[in-house]
Amino acid sequence: MKINKLYLGLLGFALIAPTILYPVFLMKVLCFALFACAFNLLLGFVGLLSFGHAVFLGTGGYVTGYLMMNTGITPELGILCGTAAAALLGAFYGKLSVKREGIYFAMVTLALAQLMFFVYLQAPFTGGEDGMQGVPRGELFGLIDLSDNMAMYYFVLAVFVFGFWLIHRTIHSPFGQVLKAIRENEPRAVSLGYNVNDYKWVAFIISSALAGLAGSTKTLVFQLASLTDVHWHMSGEVVLMTLVGGMGTILGPLVGAGVVVGIQNYLSGGELGNYLHIIMGAIFVICVLAFRSGIVGEINKVIKRNFSS
Amino acid sequence: MKAMTKTLMSAAMATAIAATGAQAAGLSDDKLKIGVLADMGGVYADVCGPGCVTAVEMAVEDFGGSVLGKPIEIVTADDQNKADVGSAKVREWVEDQQVDAVTGLVASSVTGAVTKVLTDNKKIALISTSASNAFTTKACSPYNAHWTYNVVALANGTVKPMVQSGKKKWFFITADYAFGHALEKVATGVIENNGGEVVGAVRAPLGTTDFSSYVLQAQSSGADVVALANAGSDFVNSLKTAAEFGLTEMVDVAGLLVFTPNAQALDPAIAGGMKLTTGFYWDLDDETRAWSKRFKERHGSIPAMGHAGAYSATMHYLNAVKATGTDDSDTVMKHMKANKPNDFFARNATLRADGRMVHDMYQVRIKTASERKSEDDIFAVEKVIPGDEAFAPMLAQCEFK
Repeated sequence: MKINKLYLGLLGFALIAPTILYPVFLMKVLCFALFACAFNLLLGFVGLLSFGHAVFLGTGGYVTGYLMMNTGITPELGILCGTAAAALLGAFYGKLSVKREGIYFAMVTLALAQLMFFVYLQAPFTGGEDGMQGVPRGELFGLIDLSDNMAMYYFVLAVFVFGFWLIHRTIHSPFGQVLKAIRENEPRAVSLGYNVNDYKWVAFIISSALAGLAGSTKTLVFQLASLTDVHWHMSGEVVLMTLVGGMGTILGPLVGAGVVVGIQNYLSGGELGNYLHIIMGAIFVICVLAFRSGIVGEINKVIKRNFSS
Repeated sequence: MKAMTKTLMSAAMATAIAATGAQAAGLSDDKLKIGVLADMGGVYADVCGPGCVTAVEMAVEDFGGSVLGKPIEIVTADDQNKADVGSAKVREWVEDQQVDAVTGLVASSVTGAVTKVLTDNKKIALISTSASNAFTTKACSPYNAHWTYNVVALANGTVKPMVQSGKKKWFFITADYAFGHALEKVATGVIENNGGEVVGAVRAPLGTTDFSSYVLQAQSSGADVVALANAGSDFVNSLKTAAEFGLTEMVDVAGLLVFTPNAQALDPAIAGGMKLTTGFYWDLDDETRAWSKRFKERHGSIPAMGHAGAYSATMHYLNAVKATGTDDSDTVMKHMKANKPNDFFARNATLRADGRMVHDMYQVRIKTASERKSEDDIFAVEKVIPGDEAFAPMLAQCEFK
């Protein structure tokens, strides 16, 4: 009950936020938050560290961008196609990578993601280093003109809420219970008769599809799909967002994305811009050393210590 | 007679309305704001970067710091040579911070994304350092003003005389993005039109540090000339590698885009004698020397062509705002095109209807160690190329009124 009130409060804030803050900044936060939530589903709830998740973000973005520019379909269809493409790629990559665990899983996902990175670098349709520029935002259902930032913001918010709800639902379903069991003790889950690899595979597909959804939406917001979204730096950034916010907590990635994107935005214009990467690195180190459960994790601990009875 | 009076009357009325309209418009938000977007710390930091900020600051100060009684503000940002970073920043500038015009603009990939955002929002792009000719051809816009130079001018100035002198076989080492591709394509056209041929090309990503494999391919290609279709530290690194492998001894190496700081960074033993094309050189005459001296006092090094271009473009823009009494982009742009820019940088210059600023270009030779009188004495100017010979003619679909 308490949790539901918190969600409603957050939603209320999100509805009025664009009157206070710059809407494009908020949309960026929401897109990255969805991406981080999708990533957290794997890392936080199944215990799988995918180090190539940017490839799904980028694939969603490129497919949506290409279709929007060349076929003139409506944005919701473009996003669906981008998400489906990321899910398909996720199904293929997931099948290959869930056979391995730990560091080997991370390396396999990284290698597969780098393969696609170089495909996107060389393929003519992506525009290489230039990226795909001038993607039209189009008209939602052929009715609502998304070139208006406010309309776009509420659409992005709706997409985010859907993605967030799906993750919440997944985690609290019997399927999610099995995922958590795998995270806690994989051999025991096997001994209970669960086909662990299939569970991991399905979780991987859900996660990659949602990452693709985030990428597709981001492409529409910025009207641009570029190599930055497929680069392994982006895979690293999402790890940072998840860890800063709180791995394995449902709100952590949202907070983490807000903090990371906010810092990047704040520093990029100022004198400290050149030190951006150093500052982010320092935050990462402090986070890992001092408060390992992240911002939301620490808050949860404090609440548990002081208010639970 | 009556009809004529009527026409005259209505014409006069229209002019009066237009004039009051412009007067009443004034500055849209009680200030004029100019954004400087450039690579501040990466491979192109020396050719524009903080120097462009200095140049724009100088232009604003020389102008008096205010226009139409309102202050002129400058905002700056680092685009990290990334199209998404640059376009997001510029979007925020024009949508949220009332920026009226953006200058600097270096990597062509970033400029491509940024000019789209600016055109959507009807704001002016004063492109100082980008090379691609796309901004006045296939991606042309009524809000683009492409100032300093472009790939066509470089290819015409550098490649043509070499092919005509009998260097027929060419090999390219190309920066793998918009600018490199455009430069390679335009240069290839010039080579083939003059009876030469391209025997091969390799593409190196932006910011490559190890050029040895590319240089080895060039070495085994059997070309007369190896053309470096890259810029900034990419150019410096590839030329150094070429010298280490003895390529500079075997064949001619042509730098297609060389900025003053890059030429200065190279050992004269490697770069001496190389011919190239530039849009500006500090040591042309008293006027350029006077401005460059002021620039050097503030910035610590002599200006590259992008710096001088950023100053000149900003000055021309500010003059137009003052003359028209508004910051409305359409009115200002019309005035900029109707009136010829004329300063230490812009010689025999005109801003064409397609947004291309056509002016004198210079064919220069990098001086050898024995010729140099000081550390800033880098180029010997061999020939002035008139703007009409250097730049391509205007395309019909880009002729904006």
